[in-house]
Amino acid sequence: MSQSLVTMSYIVATILFILSLSGLSNQETARRGNYYGMIGMTIAILATIFSGAVTSYGILIGALAIGGSIGLFAAKRVEMTQMPELVAIMHSLVGMAAVLVGYANFLDPSTGLTGVEKTIHEIEIYLGILIGAVTFSGSVIAFGKLSEKISGKPMLLPARHWLNLGLLIGAVVLGGMFLSQTENGGGLTPLVIMTVIALLFGIHMVMAIGGADMPVVVSMLNSYSGWAASATGFMLNNDLLIVTGALVGSSGAILSYIMCRAMNRHFLSVIAGGFGTASGGEAAVVEGEVQPIGAEETAQLLLSSKNIMIIPGYGMAVAQAQHTVNEITKFLRDKGKKVGFGIHPVAGRMPGHMNVLLAEAKVPYDIVYEMEEINEDWDEVDVSIVIGANDIVNPSALDDPNSPIAGMPVLECWKGDTTIVMKRSMASGYAGVGNPLFVKDNTRMLFGDAKKMLEEVLKALKG
Amino acid sequence: MKIGVPKEIHPGEKRVATTPEAAEQIIKLGFTVCIESGAGAKADISDEAYQKAGVEIVPDAKTLWSSADIVMKVRAPEQNTELGVHEIDLLPQDGRLISFIWPAQNEELMSKLAAKGATVLAMDSVPRISRAQKLDALSSMANIAGYRAIVEAAQHFGRFFTGQITAAGKIPPAKVMVIGAGVAGLAAIGAAKSMGAIVRAFDTRPEVKEQIESMDAEFLMLDFKEEGSGTGGYAKVMSKEFIEAEMALFAKQALEIDIIVTTALIPGKPAPKLITADMVKSMKPGSVVVDLAAEQGGNCELTEKNQVVVKHGVTLIGYTDLPSRLANQSSQLYATNLRHLLTDLTPEKNGIVNVNMEDEVIRGTTVIKEGKITWPPPPPTLSVAPAAKAETKAAATQEPEKPKSALMQFLPMILGCAALLAVGSVAPTAFMSHFTVFVLACFVGYQVIWNVSASLHTPLMSVTNAISGIIVIGALVQISSPTQTVMVLAGLGILLASINIAGGFLVTRRMLEMFRK
Repeated sequence: MSQSLVTMSYIVATILFILSLSGLSNQETARRGNYYGMIGMTIAILATIFSGAVTSYGILIGALAIGGSIGLFAAKRVEMTQMPELVAIMHSLVGMAAVLVGYANFLDPSTGLTGVEKTIHEIEIYLGILIGAVTFSGSVIAFGKLSEKISGKPMLLPARHWLNLGLLIGAVVLGGMFLSQTENGGGLTPLVIMTVIALLFGIHMVMAIGGADMPVVVSMLNSYSGWAASATGFMLNNDLLIVTGALVGSSGAILSYIMCRAMNRHFLSVIAGGFGTASGGEAAVVEGEVQPIGAEETAQLLLSSKNIMIIPGYGMAVAQAQHTVNEITKFLRDKGKKVGFGIHPVAGRMPGHMNVLLAEAKVPYDIVYEMEEINEDWDEVDVSIVIGANDIVNPSALDDPNSPIAGMPVLECWKGDTTIVMKRSMASGYAGVGNPLFVKDNTRMLFGDAKKMLEEVLKALKG
Repeated sequence: MKIGVPKEIHPGEKRVATTPEAAEQIIKLGFTVCIESGAGAKADISDEAYQKAGVEIVPDAKTLWSSADIVMKVRAPEQNTELGVHEIDLLPQDGRLISFIWPAQNEELMSKLAAKGATVLAMDSVPRISRAQKLDALSSMANIAGYRAIVEAAQHFGRFFTGQITAAGKIPPAKVMVIGAGVAGLAAIGAAKSMGAIVRAFDTRPEVKEQIESMDAEFLMLDFKEEGSGTGGYAKVMSKEFIEAEMALFAKQALEIDIIVTTALIPGKPAPKLITADMVKSMKPGSVVVDLAAEQGGNCELTEKNQVVVKHGVTLIGYTDLPSRLANQSSQLYATNLRHLLTDLTPEKNGIVNVNMEDEVIRGTTVIKEGKITWPPPPPTLSVAPAAKAETKAAATQEPEKPKSALMQFLPMILGCAALLAVGSVAPTAFMSHFTVFVLACFVGYQVIWNVSASLHTPLMSVTNAISGIIVIGALVQISSPTQTVMVLAGLGILLASINIAGGFLVTRRMLEMFRK
């Protein structure tokens, strides 16, 4: 295959990737978008394989086959509730691959560059490995937090901002050493030390971020994995990598920005970690008496209401209750009641998490609303059911300026007639903030595992 | 402190002021509870049940009244004919009493209690604010009365409530009209509806239309504009024209309605006469009128207090003790209301009551404090709460951003340009062409993603994740290196990246398959 043909294939692949991303921004075109992505990827890989730069097919096909089947297996088996973990661990793979490719490129003697070009090339290698390593360790920690292998609480070291700054300066200094040593053909030592520093930095960065901020972290790591690919592209003089990496990088960055806006937080303060440490005063303590309710009464309440809004949160994902929710929804809709779902942008542990779960349970997506669509209409809602959500329905975000989540837009379900909150216990949410919603006069608490309780409610509805 | 619950002595009164469940909770607040032997018998609660809950049983009323620090009752104090002594005389000097008092109707009682130096909390004076709902005994009792009204009506009504078509012929459903959709009215609507009747309801307050309709009853519209809401959620006296229009409506309904339940009350006034003798005459024989306002003179001209009478073929029920006719249920609710009051009175849970007159609920409920009559309380301040809320909300919203100065606006742009120029001054042309591509791609990514719908965030992320597996290209071009290490590293890179590609695309496909309309 001639070089021009390869380049042409890369252009086609690039266009397909752009079409893929733009297709994914809309329900109707999303499936097509995914196929564009697959075709683009296939073209890119085939063009590279047949480009003439590749000669050792054995190891190549072997690696592709093994990796591909692991991927297929993982994708087939994963539960929809585990999507955040899967995505996080996949990001770490890209990060690791970027580190490996960077090292391979560094160790490859056949580049033959000199002067400024060589220096720029070394910087590219250095940056590629740096970003790759941060992505890798950060994603691994994010995976640990999401799968609850590591505590979701932010780990705040005393002088963490200084520590970060120190690591950054260390990386820059090591970069200088690396460049001067490569003049003489060395440089592996500073590169390895830098890799370790970058790994530490990734760990420290994600450890300091609270569980409630995980959607931001996941999309931010998504962005990093793109930048890592882009840096690799610079290193290898490969435009396809640069473009694709930049596409992924900027899309991830925008998603993070959208998430941050949804929580009314600054991107930097999320990244720097430490939920709510910036606010000055003490948050008001929640006082009052909760009014519990049973499954039977809940069913009665649902039957006597006309307009029902369901607010799912991470608790629904944990309890795998989405199918029961759908059955209840279907039952109530058959009875002629209006049932809707209100989705907060940061509900769950990754962007759009709830939508995926509801889609899995076959809830029709035209009754699933975004926060902006419904937050004006709570007056008309008779009953809202909060399933395992906490911070996203916390009124103190609006009326307590000292609350750690002050200013974050929330679903104002308390403006409806009655709110039923399903919770396992009275523990506070991931953000560790008390919730005055639970003690409001028109709130009833339904304690217990979300799935079990919903099944009882369904039984009571049918019975 | 010791709480005493005597047996009710009013003829026909079956309720009792505490239940074992409530007593258990009260004991948790640090009180000791004692009860007169047999006090709960008529509400089907035995002395043993109380004992099990940790309540002390006291054999007679005199000991109970004298030993208790706080006496909790249902009915207001009255002459105990059995002992020949008035209950007020049993109350120790400076004692405390919680019960229904009706201070407006019972001025003499009030002055006697005040003379005793007593502290009296009247369950009928609980302010009607949302925080006090849990101790609103009037609502609890009205709820029961409304339910029982339908049960009484069914008892005296000669037909089914529900409609049926049977082999023996068609049965039309009973038609029920409820006048006044307060707590009692709504409870009556619910009960009648659940028995299968056709229910129509009327109220002078237009805002209850929605509540009536939420119970699946029909709201009788009166084509007349007048706002009927008074303070505290009660109705007020309406104009003469309005009443005339209303009466015309009732007269028309009376012709076809089988059962009328009237619950129209205006605080501190005799009940309005809504059902005239002529209307009763026009009703079908066998019809029933349940008059829940009988205590205050009745909404129907022909009602006789505490009696069931048949006039013009229509049964008129004038019971005033409907809650007492469901004694166990009403005792339970009343006891819970009292328990909530006690919880409010003992914020420290140490068994010592603190009649805090700063607290709006306690202030309203307390009619006599240490011998001083504090009734009537200042009117409930309903409008304050929303206003205060709006204020705090405004405070919580962030201050508007200051308009940035021109320099601040352009500074990042200037810096960015400077940085780009600095790179351009040293970078070789090959790098610059890559860089051009990079910057343009960033902008394309930005434009493409900006409008993504929130529900697709997860699929988008997993597809970008798959696409970022493009890094496999980097590994692919290095796999054929003569150096062994490079080959191994590249091979590993291919392996990892291909997991990503296959997994990412497939899982996206799986997710998207689920998104169906």
